[in-house]
Amino acid sequence: MSPERRPRGAAFVIAAGLAGLAALLLVDAAGLKQDGGYAGVGPGDVPRIIAYGLLVLSVLTVMSGLRGDLPKPPRQAPAPVFWILGGLGLQLALLHVAGFVISGAILFGMTARGFGQTPLWKAVAVGMVLALVIYGVFDRILQLNLPAGPLERLIFRG
Amino acid sequence: MESFSLLMQGLAAAMDPMILLYALIGVTLGTAVGVLPGIGPALTVALLLPVTYGLDPAGSLIMFAGIYYGGMYGGSTTSILLNTPGESASIVTAIEGNQMARQGRGGPALATAAIGSFVAGLIATLLLAFLAPQVVKLALTLGPREYFALMVLAFVTVSATFGDSALRGLTSLFIGLALACVGIDGLTGAARLTYGVPQLMDGIETTTLAVALFAIGEALAVAAMLTPSDGMHSVKGSVRMTGQDWRRSWKAWLRGTFIGFPIGSMPAGGADVASFLSYAAERKLTKHPEEFGKGAIEGVAGPEAANNAAAAGTLVPLLTLGLPTTATAAIMLAGFQQFGLQPGPLLFVMNAELVWTLIASLLIANLMLVVLNLPLIGLWIKLLSIPRPWLYGGILLFATLGTIGVNPSPVELGMLILFGLMGYGMRLYGYPIAPVVVGLILGPMAEQQLRRALAIAQGDWTTLVSTPVSATLLGISAIFLVVPMLMRRRGRGQVLSQVAGDAD
Repeated sequence: MSPERRPRGAAFVIAAGLAGLAALLLVDAAGLKQDGGYAGVGPGDVPRIIAYGLLVLSVLTVMSGLRGDLPKPPRQAPAPVFWILGGLGLQLALLHVAGFVISGAILFGMTARGFGQTPLWKAVAVGMVLALVIYGVFDRILQLNLPAGPLERLIFRG
Repeated sequence: MESFSLLMQGLAAAMDPMILLYALIGVTLGTAVGVLPGIGPALTVALLLPVTYGLDPAGSLIMFAGIYYGGMYGGSTTSILLNTPGESASIVTAIEGNQMARQGRGGPALATAAIGSFVAGLIATLLLAFLAPQVVKLALTLGPREYFALMVLAFVTVSATFGDSALRGLTSLFIGLALACVGIDGLTGAARLTYGVPQLMDGIETTTLAVALFAIGEALAVAAMLTPSDGMHSVKGSVRMTGQDWRRSWKAWLRGTFIGFPIGSMPAGGADVASFLSYAAERKLTKHPEEFGKGAIEGVAGPEAANNAAAAGTLVPLLTLGLPTTATAAIMLAGFQQFGLQPGPLLFVMNAELVWTLIASLLIANLMLVVLNLPLIGLWIKLLSIPRPWLYGGILLFATLGTIGVNPSPVELGMLILFGLMGYGMRLYGYPIAPVVVGLILGPMAEQQLRRALAIAQGDWTTLVSTPVSATLLGISAIFLVVPMLMRRRGRGQVLSQVAGDAD
C-alpha cells in the first residue's frame, strides 16, 4: 500500500459523509427538549459533542486527502459486488411474499454466483436445500420465528 | 483461597452434561471459524446471539467463551498452512509458521501452536480466577466519573493507539458513537434520531451492525478482489515435536503467556497487540536470530501463547467492570445483556454461580481444544477445501438468518445491507472495524456515566478530573492518544501499523 501523493477524491466523499452525519446529529439535537436536570447536560448535549468531533474529523480527512494520505485500494471487480447486493435486495423484497427458504436460496445462489459459481440455477438449488435444513432446525426445533411462504407451508404444515 | 473454593464449586457445576455439551459446541464452532478465513469469533458470537434467546443463559455464555478460545486455536492453522490468518490475532504466526510449513515442518508448527495455546489458556484462566475477585473489590470503590474515565481509555486504545492512522481509527469510533445515539435516551426517555420509525426506538442492534460490518462487508471485499490467494501447504511428516523443538518452545510459551495476559486484561487492545509484542520479544531474546524470518519455532510458540492468554485476559475487564476491549468482548457483553445480566462487580455477587461456572468451563474448554486441535487436525484442514462460493453463500445466509429471526422487518434488513456496504467501504480505505462496534456498545454506557457524574457534581465539569484515579486514567488516555501520533509523524509508524487490530 504505497500512498500516492496526490489529492484523493475518495477522502472528500468520506469527509462529506462525516459532515452529513454530524449535521443529522445537530439538527436532531436542536429539536430535543433540553432537560438537563442537576447535570446541566440534557439528551441533546452528548450527540452535539459527538457531532463536533465528527466535524473536526471531517476537516482532518479533507486535509489528509489533499496530502494524498489515504491507502489506495487495489482495483475492484464490480460485478461480484452487484451479484451479492442484488441477492440481499431480492431477499429483502421477497422475504414476506415467498418466505425464508425461497428468498434465502436466491441470496445463497446469487452470492455463490458472485464468487464465480455457475450455472446460477445449480447454486440456487444448493441454497434451497441448505435453507430448508436451516428452516427445519431453527424454526421447527429452536423455535426461532422465520417468515413462512408457500413452500414452508407445503412441507412443514401441509 | 476464597477464589479456590469458588472455582472448585464452579468446576463441579461445569461437569454437568448439558454445560459440557455447550462448551463442546462452543469450542468446535470456535475452532471451525478460526480455521476458516473471513469469519472470526466476533462474527460467530454475533450470529449466534439471536439463536440463543430461548436457551439457558449460563450454557450460552459458556458457548460464546468457548468460541472465543477456539477461535484463537483455530486461527493458527490457517496462518501456518495457508499464509492467510484465520483471524487477526494470528497475523504474526503466519510470518514464521508459514515458513516452517514451506520447509515441510508444518506439523511441529501446528503442534507448538496448539500446546502453547493450551499452556497459555490454562495459566491465564487460573490468573483470571484469582485476579477477578480482587478487581471486583477495587471496582466497588469506583464511581461514575472513574467509570467514565475508564471508558474514555478504552475508546482511545481501541481506536487511536494502534493501527496505521489515528485519524481513521477515531473516525471509525465516532461513527460508532453517532450510531449509538439512535434510540431512546436512557436517562430522560427522549427519542433521538428515530424519525418516527418504530424499529429505531430501541437503537441500532449490536448484532445487526456487527454482522453487517464483519460478514457482509468481508464477503463484498473478498468477492471484489481480483488477485487469487496463496496455495495451501500440506502437512508433511508427523506433528511430533523433536526434543529441540520442546526446549525452544517452552520458554516462549511462558513468556507469551505473561505478555498476553496483562495486555488483554488492561483496556489496552486485544490479542493482536499481545501476539505482536510477543513476537518482538522472541526475536530479541532468541539464540537463533538467523532463523527468524525463515521459520523459527519460537516465533510461532510465543505469539500463539500470547493471543490465547490475551483472550483470557480480556475477560477480566469484561466480567469485573463490564468493559469490553475487543470486538468479540463487546458482542459478548451484548450477549450478557440479552439475558438480563449486566457484567460488573455486582455480577460476582448476584450471579456468583454463573460466573464461576463460566470460568471453570473455560478450563475444561481448554482441555477439549487441545484434543480437538492435535489428533484431529486433519479434519480441520479439510474445512479449508470448501469452495469459496459455497462458503460465502452459507455465511450470508446465516448472517441474514440472525436478523430475520429476531426482527423480520425490511427496516432491519435494509440496515444490514447499508452497514454491509459501509463495512466494504471501510475495508477499501483502511478504516478499522472494531472501533465502530465498541463505540456502539460502550457509547450509551459512557454517556450515562458522564451524565451521572455531572449530576452528582451539580454540572461541574472539573469533577471528571477531581479524583486521583479518574485524573490518572484520563491522563493515560491522553498519552495513548498523543504519543502514537508523534511516533507516526517521526516515521516510526510501521511498528504500530503492524499491530493494527482488524477484526477481533
